[in-house]
Amino acid sequence: MSNTDHSHHGDGVGHAVPIKFLVLICSILLFLTAVTVWVSWFDFTEINIAEMGIIMALFVATIKATIVGLYFMHLRWDRPFIGFIFVGSILFVVLFISLALTDTLEYQPEIIPGNTPKVQEALDALKN
Amino acid sequence: MSTLTTTNSNDNYLNHTKGILSWLCTVDHKRIGIMYLVCVLFAFFLGGVFAMLLRFQLLTPEGMFLTQDQYNQAFTMHGAIMVFLVIIPAVPAALGNFVLPIMLGAKDVAFPKLNLFSWYLWIAGLVFFLLALATGGLDTGWTFYTPYSIDKASSMGGVIPALIGAFILGFSSIFTGMNFIVTIHRLRPKGMTWFRMPLFLWATYATAIIQVLATPVVGITLLLLIVERSMGIGIFDPAMGGDPVLYQHFFWFYSHPAVYIMILPAMGIISELISVHSHRHIFGYKFIAYSSIAIAMFGFIVWGHHMFTSGQSQLMNIIFSLVTFSVSIPSAVKVFNWLATLYKGSISLNTPMIYGLSFIFIFAIGGLTGLHLATLATDIHLHDSYFVVAHFHYVMMGSALIGFLGGIHHWWPKMTGKMYHEGWGRVAAILVFIGFNVTFFSQFMMGSKGMPRRYATYAEMPEFQVYHIWSTAGSVILAIGFVICAIYLLQSCFAGKKAPANPWGGRSLEWQCSSPPPWDNFAEQPEVGDCYDYSVLEWNEEEQGYVWKKDVLHPGEANG
Repeated sequence: MSNTDHSHHGDGVGHAVPIKFLVLICSILLFLTAVTVWVSWFDFTEINIAEMGIIMALFVATIKATIVGLYFMHLRWDRPFIGFIFVGSILFVVLFISLALTDTLEYQPEIIPGNTPKVQEALDALKN
Repeated sequence: MSTLTTTNSNDNYLNHTKGILSWLCTVDHKRIGIMYLVCVLFAFFLGGVFAMLLRFQLLTPEGMFLTQDQYNQAFTMHGAIMVFLVIIPAVPAALGNFVLPIMLGAKDVAFPKLNLFSWYLWIAGLVFFLLALATGGLDTGWTFYTPYSIDKASSMGGVIPALIGAFILGFSSIFTGMNFIVTIHRLRPKGMTWFRMPLFLWATYATAIIQVLATPVVGITLLLLIVERSMGIGIFDPAMGGDPVLYQHFFWFYSHPAVYIMILPAMGIISELISVHSHRHIFGYKFIAYSSIAIAMFGFIVWGHHMFTSGQSQLMNIIFSLVTFSVSIPSAVKVFNWLATLYKGSISLNTPMIYGLSFIFIFAIGGLTGLHLATLATDIHLHDSYFVVAHFHYVMMGSALIGFLGGIHHWWPKMTGKMYHEGWGRVAAILVFIGFNVTFFSQFMMGSKGMPRRYATYAEMPEFQVYHIWSTAGSVILAIGFVICAIYLLQSCFAGKKAPANPWGGRSLEWQCSSPPPWDNFAEQPEVGDCYDYSVLEWNEEEQGYVWKKDVLHPGEANG
């Protein structure tokens, strides 16, 4: 049945993105993937930030996810409400991860330090 | 302009096309709804058999006929079947699929083929659960808690098929939710603004939001569990440095909103039943509508109340306990509005209304006992006792399932074009109400006195036998009620009186097409007015149903 809501694009036909543009976006994403791999080869312990590799990787991943959301998922040309829905779902992820992580962090002091026997055994086997 | 049909059409969705393939390959939402209904009721029967096994096993403290392992399998299969195969899909997929597009005056849902695919996914989920039984059994509990579920040496071999089954069922749920969100957004008729929608649609919309947001989380969790069990990656296994409580966080982040997937649509049905069968405009429409959304949102921030004794940190225990109290408020808002709707209404104690009134009584008890469990101090004692079992059966079985039954009886004339025997309907409804309360109220009592759940025997605690006997007796009454219900509903399909288009005097659009509906629902999309204004209808003796008053214009006709 016909609906009473007018599509964002007026004529009911989806916004057609040129193939060349999509190929450009894909190339940018591949380049950023290469950057992630290149960064992973660095040893950041020299600058006393061992986690820098993870921070860089997550930073690049956020940029990639934003590009995917804006262009591949069409949010760039869609109603702001749709973008709000997308951001809302990210907020749910943040809610979930933050509460679960808070719980895990809270009982860290009670955890016996070091590796479990099984893990230690596996690590020793790897060294040998 | 009128699209009303007041006599049964010879051509309707049931006989428009013939043959088994016309059903298995249908994209008609009504046929898909009927297929879901049949399948869900079959799964309910299967889950019920396991329930009766449990109840009869517990008649004596030493147990009657099940070994410990068999008992563990019985409660696991009962829980898994009832949660994943019955109560989650029941109202949205069976009744929602049938009613939602017609309530919107639409020809079908937004994505009819996806709708059929959802049903096939349900079937695949069922097959995997049966495979779990056949390939070693399942004894982890429906919650699949680690580390037991990842221990191949201890737990039974059917864990991975069951996990795959639950994963597939999750997708069935997600696709149904997506379909409903888009249908409600895009296929509403002229005049049906958001606040002119029937409340069943608000409830279904809120449910669909939860389905789409929460279900992927359990999907990934179950996949992680499969990988953990098969490859030992160590994410949940404490022997490998993993965190078993993290599994519970992952699991309950979905499974708590899942209980709102179960109850919200049933609450939507009750809003319709109470209003229609008391012939009174629903009280507090906006409050009920907003409370559905509030329940959906609040339901995402309380999952830790299932984990108070799991080893969860004290800080999180306090936060979750506090927030859990808030989630009861929108539910209470609904109950008060239903009661206000009944006040000074012209109440017809039809079978659907008896289920509706039963719901209010039972849900009040179930909801209030949730507060005992939300309170940290009392939950320490009540966790993993029969008090918890009684609480969730009051809200899931006594409320969600009774809402489902009420909906089936309310829309049965519309779905089948036949009226069931009203007398037997009332008898069955009363037996279900009495049987349910006898079964589960005794469980509150024994739970508060210390009877643990998931125990195959209780020889050290023979003082609980009298409560178990009451509970089992109640389950027999409940089963008789269900059997009577099944008999008269089936009998009505073959020999029931022809149903009029509007036997109850409803105003929503599904009552403005014939019973059963034509295959395309409406010739033209109808215009809508206030779907709770019953003053425009009157009883027609000849039709044995309600018709539009002769001197009142239909909504579109006022404008010529």
